[in-house]
Amino acid sequence: MNVNAIADLFIAFFIIIGAFLSLVTAFGVIRLPDVYTRNHAASKSATLGVMSILIGTFLYFYLIEGHFNSRIILGIAFILVTSPVAGHLISRAAYNSGVELWEKSVQDDLKLSKQTAKKES
Amino acid sequence: MKINDVILQTATKLVLFVIILFSIHLFFAGHYYPGGGFIGGLMTAAAIVLLLLAFDLKTVAKILPFDFKKVTAIGLLFAVGTGAGALLFDAPFLTHAFTDAYLPLLGKTSLHTAVLFDIGVYLVVIGVTLTIIQTIGESE
Repeated sequence: MNVNAIADLFIAFFIIIGAFLSLVTAFGVIRLPDVYTRNHAASKSATLGVMSILIGTFLYFYLIEGHFNSRIILGIAFILVTSPVAGHLISRAAYNSGVELWEKSVQDDLKLSKQTAKKES
Repeated sequence: MKINDVILQTATKLVLFVIILFSIHLFFAGHYYPGGGFIGGLMTAAAIVLLLLAFDLKTVAKILPFDFKKVTAIGLLFAVGTGAGALLFDAPFLTHAFTDAYLPLLGKTSLHTAVLFDIGVYLVVIGVTLTIIQTIGESE
């Protein structure tokens, strides 16, 4: 096996993993019951999926074409920082505007802490 | 309820520099690669809009004490100035000049007067976008 074949393997691995994780995200968003669980699926596995695809792209351009593209690395870091924050903000906006949890969920710690904060003040 | 924006504000502080650096990169890459004054300016404006989302109008006005209408005017002056500068050298309006200079530190650099025109575009785009967003944001 020469170097190019090993590079091909790595690139294919990362891109297939990324595409699979994006598919998992799509299934999660369709099948999970409420906003919070859907958001959990979307913000976690989509982040990792897109990052894997970008790593595969970076490796392709670096190992096959010999071109070091720093913008892709910047994009990976940027997605890693911003996408969970976006998920957090969407979830919090949903909670604050009164979206109910799934009826089978058993615990709501945020509600409890809000009640105790109200009692103390 | 007390609003707690620590996560958004910290992420904004971190990400803002990446966005502004990328917009400057896009601005300077414009001659040889995709990019240029328009998307560079839009992206800088987007960074400031992110700052407006995480903080409020007054704080941002304190951080960036510019009158964005004047920024637009300065950008237009840059564009007209590069056009009119060609008239001084007995060339038609908007003729551009180009040389390869050997600067210390930077090495061989192509200097082109189209960059000055692009600075004009950049400033106009920032000025217009932020004027629109600030006037809409201020009105009750």
